[in-house]
Amino acid sequence: MKEMLSKEHVHFLNSQKRRKVFVLLAQIGTLVVVLALWELLAQTGVIDAFITSCPSKIWATFVELIGNGTLLHHAWVSTWETVVGFAIGTILGYAIAVVLWWNNFLKDVFEPYIVVLNSLPKIALGPIIIIWAGTGKASIITMAVLISVVITTITILNGFCNTDGEKILLLRSMRASRFQIFTKLVAPSNVPTLMATLKINVGMAWIGSIMGEYLVSKEGLGYLLVYGSQVFRLDLVMTCTIVLCALAGVMYAVVALLEKIVVKRF
Amino acid sequence: MKILELKNVQKIFYTKTQETTAVENLSFEVQNGEFVALLGPSGCGKTTILSLIAGLLEPTKGEISVHQNAIGYMLQRDQLFPFRTIRRNILLGLEIQHKLTPDNVENAYNLLHKYGLWEYVNSYPNALSGGMRQRVALIRTLATNPELLLLDEPFSALDFQTRLSVCDDVYDIIKKEHKTALLVTHDISEALSMADRIIVLTKRPAKVLTIWESNLKDIPTPLGRRESPLFGKDFELLHGYLRGGVV
Ligand SMILES: Nc1ncnc2c1ncn2[C@@H]1O[C@H](COP(=O)(O)OP(=O)(O)OP(=O)(O)O)[C@@H](O)[C@H]1O
Ligand SMILES: [Mg+2]
Repeated sequence: MKEMLSKEHVHFLNSQKRRKVFVLLAQIGTLVVVLALWELLAQTGVIDAFITSCPSKIWATFVELIGNGTLLHHAWVSTWETVVGFAIGTILGYAIAVVLWWNNFLKDVFEPYIVVLNSLPKIALGPIIIIWAGTGKASIITMAVLISVVITTITILNGFCNTDGEKILLLRSMRASRFQIFTKLVAPSNVPTLMATLKINVGMAWIGSIMGEYLVSKEGLGYLLVYGSQVFRLDLVMTCTIVLCALAGVMYAVVALLEKIVVKRF
Repeated sequence: MKILELKNVQKIFYTKTQETTAVENLSFEVQNGEFVALLGPSGCGKTTILSLIAGLLEPTKGEISVHQNAIGYMLQRDQLFPFRTIRRNILLGLEIQHKLTPDNVENAYNLLHKYGLWEYVNSYPNALSGGMRQRVALIRTLATNPELLLLDEPFSALDFQTRLSVCDDVYDIIKKEHKTALLVTHDISEALSMADRIIVLTKRPAKVLTIWESNLKDIPTPLGRRESPLFGKDFELLHGYLRGGVV
């Protein structure tokens, strides 16, 4: 059933729609102009395409790497590491937050450690990770987990602790156990917090896996980036960067879609 | 029959910088079927008293005996869970107490029907007005079939017009369901319009200043009581107690 809208309302909706279209056009326009300018300056020799690469070369590299399967392989490796790191980091971070919410004593004990761990640049742990986890995928995933787990714990725990105290009193007056307080109130009212954390963690996990690949790997986009810069193939570096942008964007979009579906009710 | 008894109850809150005596040497009783109001100035310790009775706080001294296990506590705001439908909100207490039997659920649904809220059963609380939310909160409290209802300024969040009608509805529901109620309020007219007996409390720390037997008991509705000629005189008298602090 469609409701009847007033003329003014229709006008309002149309102008909103127009604005959306304009924004999209401007976004595409910006991209086209930047690419065109880049190509033009490189072709006319104003900038050195050897250092800056250029869109046509990037495209050629892209097509070539797709053709021989290299790019798909490396992209797949990085994506897999990122997704695994993301999943482990999020689940582990959430679990730690639950334990610390459950037991106030533990929370007080561990809070300063968590704060320190959070401000520590995780890359500094690189050497330790390599020694403990080896120079394979385990190290890369460990890095991705380390980067996402601490911020997950902090954000989620903060959400848990900010649960409406009056509602907790209501549950307690119904003789709810701590477990029930968690499942009936604390967990559901923090679904939006969890979703926000997932969005942050997409970025965190990518930082972790690429950084990990810089350190140890023999494959993956991070490896390809380092390799490209060592042999001074800027076309390769740029192609990898753009593919990375696209992958991170897609993963973020998936999480954002999930959020849209889930959060409606919270 | 006594349903609730407090004997020389004291409650002291300790914080880092100070100790606050919220309740001091407080004694009173509530009989089965009564509607009792605790009337006291803001911040005198009313919420603390209800929390003590509900077992959410331990008294520092004294004794509280509740002769019926089932207590229903309605807090200062409705506290409906925004992520639960009205149906799941009113079943919350039964769910917590593992009493989701067909009979109990049926009973809760009946309350919704009876008090005109059935059409919202699948809505979320944000679709309801303040007055409706308050009635849903009462039905949630009644769903576990408590003998004694504790009501903490249940109408303070409502505007004046809504307050009068919701007050009538809530009173009506409580009487029809034959519940004992202990209402806490700082609003003299609210206490006068609902209670059979008013226990006037002093400023913090709360203790009993005087107990006032209502002479409006025979008038069946809060609105009717407000319109009674006696109402104004009683109001003046209680106002005097509250202001002067002496009897
Ligand atoms: N958990 C607590 N810790 C410390 N002090 C408290 C605590 N709860 C209440 N108090 C203090 O006890 C006193 C009484 O508080 P209470 O909430 O019982 O008053 P009230 O009569 O319900 O107030 P209001 O009219 O605002 O609802 C206040 O001075 C308050 O600051
Ligand atoms: Mg209060």
